[in-house]
Amino acid sequence: MKKIVLVGNPNVGKSVVFSHLTGSKVMISNYSGTTVEFTRGQLKIGEDSYAVLDAPGTYSLTPSSKVEEVAADMVDQADVVINVVDATNLERNLLLTSEVLERDVPVIIALNMIDEAGHKGVKIDVEKLEELLGVPVITTVAVSGEGLKKLVDALPKAVNRKKEPLEVADRWAYVGSVVSEVQTIIHRHHTWLESLQDASLRPLTGIPIVAIVLYLAFQLVIGVGEMIAGFLEEYLFGGLYGPLMNRLSEWLGSGGFLHDILIGRLFDGAIEFEESLGVLTTGVFVEFGVVLPFLTVFYLVLGFLEDSGYLPRLAVMADRVMHRVGLHGYSIIPMVLGFGCNVPAVLAARNLESRRERFIVCTLTSVAVPCMAQLAMIVGLVGRLGGAYLAVVFATLFFIWIVLGLIIDRFMPGYTPSMVVEIPPYRIPSLRAQLKKLGMRVKGLIVHATPYILGGILLVNILYTSGIVDYLGVIFKPLIQGVLGLPGEAVSTLLIGFLRKDVAVAMLVPLGLNARQFVIGAVVLAAYFPCAATFAVLLRELGLRDMFKSAIIMVLTAFSAGFMLNMLLDTVVPAPYMAAGLVVVAIILAFVVGSTSDRRELEDLDKTA
Amino acid sequence: MKLSLVDMKPGQNGVIEKVMGGPGFAAKLGHIGLHRGKRIKKLSSIFRRGPVTVCIDNFQVAIGYGKAMRIMVEVDDGEENSTGR
Repeated sequence: MKKIVLVGNPNVGKSVVFSHLTGSKVMISNYSGTTVEFTRGQLKIGEDSYAVLDAPGTYSLTPSSKVEEVAADMVDQADVVINVVDATNLERNLLLTSEVLERDVPVIIALNMIDEAGHKGVKIDVEKLEELLGVPVITTVAVSGEGLKKLVDALPKAVNRKKEPLEVADRWAYVGSVVSEVQTIIHRHHTWLESLQDASLRPLTGIPIVAIVLYLAFQLVIGVGEMIAGFLEEYLFGGLYGPLMNRLSEWLGSGGFLHDILIGRLFDGAIEFEESLGVLTTGVFVEFGVVLPFLTVFYLVLGFLEDSGYLPRLAVMADRVMHRVGLHGYSIIPMVLGFGCNVPAVLAARNLESRRERFIVCTLTSVAVPCMAQLAMIVGLVGRLGGAYLAVVFATLFFIWIVLGLIIDRFMPGYTPSMVVEIPPYRIPSLRAQLKKLGMRVKGLIVHATPYILGGILLVNILYTSGIVDYLGVIFKPLIQGVLGLPGEAVSTLLIGFLRKDVAVAMLVPLGLNARQFVIGAVVLAAYFPCAATFAVLLRELGLRDMFKSAIIMVLTAFSAGFMLNMLLDTVVPAPYMAAGLVVVAIILAFVVGSTSDRRELEDLDKTA
Repeated sequence: MKLSLVDMKPGQNGVIEKVMGGPGFAAKLGHIGLHRGKRIKKLSSIFRRGPVTVCIDNFQVAIGYGKAMRIMVEVDDGEENSTGR
């Protein structure tokens, strides 16, 4: 089958074009690096079928990162290249175009975002551009689908220029001359979006904006999530699903193997959705009653942040903080994604330049960024013990994040070079695109999580009925009870946590823990090891050796943090002071220790200067 | 007046005069549009040692402190030249 490859700078709308051409659903956002692997789809023109490949965005075909390498390889394998060009940034985009035109492949250009260019006062003489480049140029507005039919019709007209390669300086001169011939810019006043754009990059206005955005995001996710979860618990699970399960329980004879698996244990002859640990009771409840409501709201908020173009601005504002943990601002994007699910976070880390950054992001995310499934359970269950205990959980994770980051930055050789990153313009997200993306993510969650949840609960029952939990409980008692102060049986939650962290948190409930034990359990579960799905991608992204190092760090950190809480919380320091203390100590440490990366980068600079 | 991006004041305009550092670094900046001879306007500095944000043509770029120090700009008096060329 013939291959059509979409190539272009980051964030020019390649994925939008791709999804229109192929009808496939792909992740689209307003910041560079949403596509890290190529995506494949099919396009039928008349009788012929074509494979369409969406390359990750690249500024150049001379690769400097893993992502750019992928793009360069794909161009070489293409039968036709569609070069998607952002009409609002003609000069920089044409640099890549000039490189593409030197390859031995027919090229056609989609001059995208032509409407936005118009609004910005950029006028482009398309015929002239076509003439100068020697390949067809089709104007498109991919988000609305405008011009895409014309693009498909024009595909057979793609031209193979195979031009002589240019030197770097000549390339700029060439691009500059093309741009000056085809582009006119009319000066006009700032729109309110552009004023907001500048304001969010200035410290005086930018920091309050960060605070407002994060506060609103947190309030929305927790507040609305709780509201929906409460509503579902009362009406769906209390009123409809509960009685149905009670009937099923009776029908199964209120006991026996099948009953244990499907319904689980009964408490005073009744089902407790949080504690029964049956596939149809706790399993369904955790997934649909707790995780799904929080995750849906989280992804709505995240979708808005992604498509509006705010995330890269958050990255700029967070740069100073991120330097302390050996990273730069842009690494905050994988971490924000990690709050939804750690798997996409690890994948997004691929955009980062160095192995060092990828290692730090992956390790810190696995340890200190709990996914929304787990957070929902923590908020639901720890929250019941009082806000202070919930605060201790978050404060401990923050403390771990800072301290572990400082340590890795100090002891891992090399430094993380500071960032160079393009800030996309603000765009008002389209409701349709938002809902589509949300639908994809929620569907992804249900499809991927369900087997693990059901498998996890099945395993719990097998572990309990076979007596393995008791056996392991005795063996690991010194560790679990001695270090963490939890009952030996808690070892089962650590085993299940490898499958699903949300189920594991739920399993803390039947253990009858007191508040401090519950907090310790929740923190250790969050930090000790990633779930199986995350583990698999970590292994692929980091390789065996780094994954092994990372895993050791995770386990050591989790048990150290658990031990610290076991020693201090409630016995020496009351919960509210503990939470505040951890945050304050972490911030002081960050200031005192400072960024090792920064020092090393400046030393390096002095050497070269 | 020749200044590094770090030392420029927000709102000042200029032309990139020199990029210090390895060829890889200059090439990477070039790819994103920051090449020698390019008109640039500084937008802001986030704290003393934070990233610098600049406007080139129609888009904004954030450059970390360590890298911004290596970009030298010939600053001119023109306060505003938003057409960018």
